Amino acid sequence: MTWLRLAFANLSLSPLTSAVNIVLMGLGTASIVLLLLAGAQLSETLSRDARGVDLVLGAKGSPVQLVLAAVYQADVPPGNIQQREAERWASDPRVAAAVPLSLGDSYRGFRIVGTNEAYAGLYGASLAAGSFWSDPMEAVAGSAAARSAGLGVGARFAGAHGLVGGGHSHESRPYRVVGVLGPTGTVIDRLILTSLESVWALHNEDQPPPDDRHPEPEEVHFEDHDSAAELEHGHEDERGVGHEGEHGQGHEEDDEPHDHPAQGHSDADREITAMLIRYQSPLAATTLPREVNAGGTLQAASPAMEISRILQLVGIGLDGLTAFSWVLILTAALSVFAALYGSLRARRGDLAMLRCLGATRWELLWAMLLEGLLLSMFGVALGFLAGHGAMELLGGWLESTRGVALTGWTWIPSETVLLFGLFGVGVLAAALPAVQAYHTDVARTLAEG
Amino acid sequence: MIDGQTNVAFDRKANAVSNSPAIEVTDLRFAYGNRAVVNIGRCHLARGDSMAVIGPSGCGKTTFLHLLAGLIRPRAGGIQILGHDLSTLRATELDRFRGQHIGLVFQRFHLLPALTVRDNVLLAQRLARAPIERAAVESLFDRLDLAGLEHRKPSTLSQGQAQRSAIARALVHGPELVMADEPTSALDDRSAERALALLKESAQAVGAALVVVTHDQRVRGHLNREFEMDAQP
Repeated sequence: MTWLRLAFANLSLSPLTSAVNIVLMGLGTASIVLLLLAGAQLSETLSRDARGVDLVLGAKGSPVQLVLAAVYQADVPPGNIQQREAERWASDPRVAAAVPLSLGDSYRGFRIVGTNEAYAGLYGASLAAGSFWSDPMEAVAGSAAARSAGLGVGARFAGAHGLVGGGHSHESRPYRVVGVLGPTGTVIDRLILTSLESVWALHNEDQPPPDDRHPEPEEVHFEDHDSAAELEHGHEDERGVGHEGEHGQGHEEDDEPHDHPAQGHSDADREITAMLIRYQSPLAATTLPREVNAGGTLQAASPAMEISRILQLVGIGLDGLTAFSWVLILTAALSVFAALYGSLRARRGDLAMLRCLGATRWELLWAMLLEGLLLSMFGVALGFLAGHGAMELLGGWLESTRGVALTGWTWIPSETVLLFGLFGVGVLAAALPAVQAYHTDVARTLAEG
Repeated sequence: MIDGQTNVAFDRKANAVSNSPAIEVTDLRFAYGNRAVVNIGRCHLARGDSMAVIGPSGCGKTTFLHLLAGLIRPRAGGIQILGHDLSTLRATELDRFRGQHIGLVFQRFHLLPALTVRDNVLLAQRLARAPIERAAVESLFDRLDLAGLEHRKPSTLSQGQAQRSAIARALVHGPELVMADEPTSALDDRSAERALALLKESAQAVGAALVVVTHDQRVRGHLNREFEMDAQP
């Protein structure tokens, strides 16, 4: 306590220097804490959202895009697929469960997903109110979607073309909310679920009379565009969800209605966006994706593999930011070192006097280390508070704008490692001044006055 | 600050040799490199007695004081302080011994600027592992006319106030030997006389032997004994 009080008193002699050191250390710490929290929670969220899905069947294209669109609801799908073809694989004995998805519309930024009740089961979601749909144009809202968009049981709303809002609204065929799901902390919280039949019915209604459906030259040109852009901007308005560029082959040559399968008039023509597959056994992973990719128009993408690819990409960015944060920490450590070293030179007489009063060399060493530790401790405490606070603020913003739930009210194991590491940095910064304090030549210092 | 703890081992030893002199130096030699700085055949000071160590600048007075305080080790010869042969004490023991049994006052006082007068004084008591007796501390403050200054920082004190604070710090743990290095050299005649009187009275009040190391001839006649050092060739 004697040394602690002395250390506090010495640090308070230069309040500005001490404050700058603490803030520097705090900034570096806060940056690293924020990156650790964001990285860990993002990774956890990605894993959690894909936990029940072993494989995604979708249109050929980018597998990352397919997984992002079908599992994380974070991108536009590469195209649509024939439901019949997807169901052929769903009935494969190596498949334990298969859940179809049909995307294309949204309401106030929340995606409307045509699927079946098994989709809720993938995420362990259960009804908090109401029931699942029994008729077309009935919907069940995820907890976040219900809260943000005011979709209680009984509410009516009109879906809009496009996955990010702003598209043509289906005012003539509103949905009715018949159920609300409890929160799960997964992607399903941000979705509005309905039956596949609702999606098909809606787009059948939008379909113009067959005679009007000859594609104009502009339309042909349009369909050659990237399907993602079309979905984002709701350009598929008059075509329904089956109008992705990669899947719109034959439009130029064939103007028959069957070339717009999402609007299909028969079950055989119906399209979906993707099929989520769960394997009967892990062994299926060795054969099923390869077989799907080898033939037909389907693509099989493994969420686990794509997550790892996404995390690798994200990780490069995080690594860069983390390295920058460590530079901040290093700067803070050097600053602590400079401050202690400077004060040591100014306080050699004090240290010599302490020896005269009975302090041992080790006590002088400890006194100097303690000052470095105190500066680090306050900096680290400030950094952890700021890092968690920033994460909480950022999490709130991300949840309201992107539907990604991150929080600052959590502690991850790597933070404990970081905590001790930063104290180590503080000790290292104070080590040289402390050793010099230990070696203070009392007689010479006192003789020099 | 924490309460200090008395070092029992040293107390026992001190009691066992309570009749030994405060200082007993024989054939003491010290040199910086090849330059002899201190060469003393014998020097003796009884407990409770006072002595001025006088000599010209550069004759090794301060080095002698550092040797007596155990801040440096001699090349040869023996130093017994309060019956303890300093050469037998290890570094840490020597530090503890110094803190518990010796009080030091320097010309520049060396009060710690971060601490108040009170904390400067109490710090010495804690480093001496001596139990803190509030009444004794207050009495010391009163005796040295420091009442009302306890919470001031050294930078706000006058020269005289700082000197009295340094003396309080040297005496607070009840040392048996008080040593002062050039306590009067920067003072005018009147202040020098007062400082000497204060040191002498204060040391007598706690029954401590007093050694004043100085080149100031005004000190002559104020202390019981004088030990003159000559400049080394």
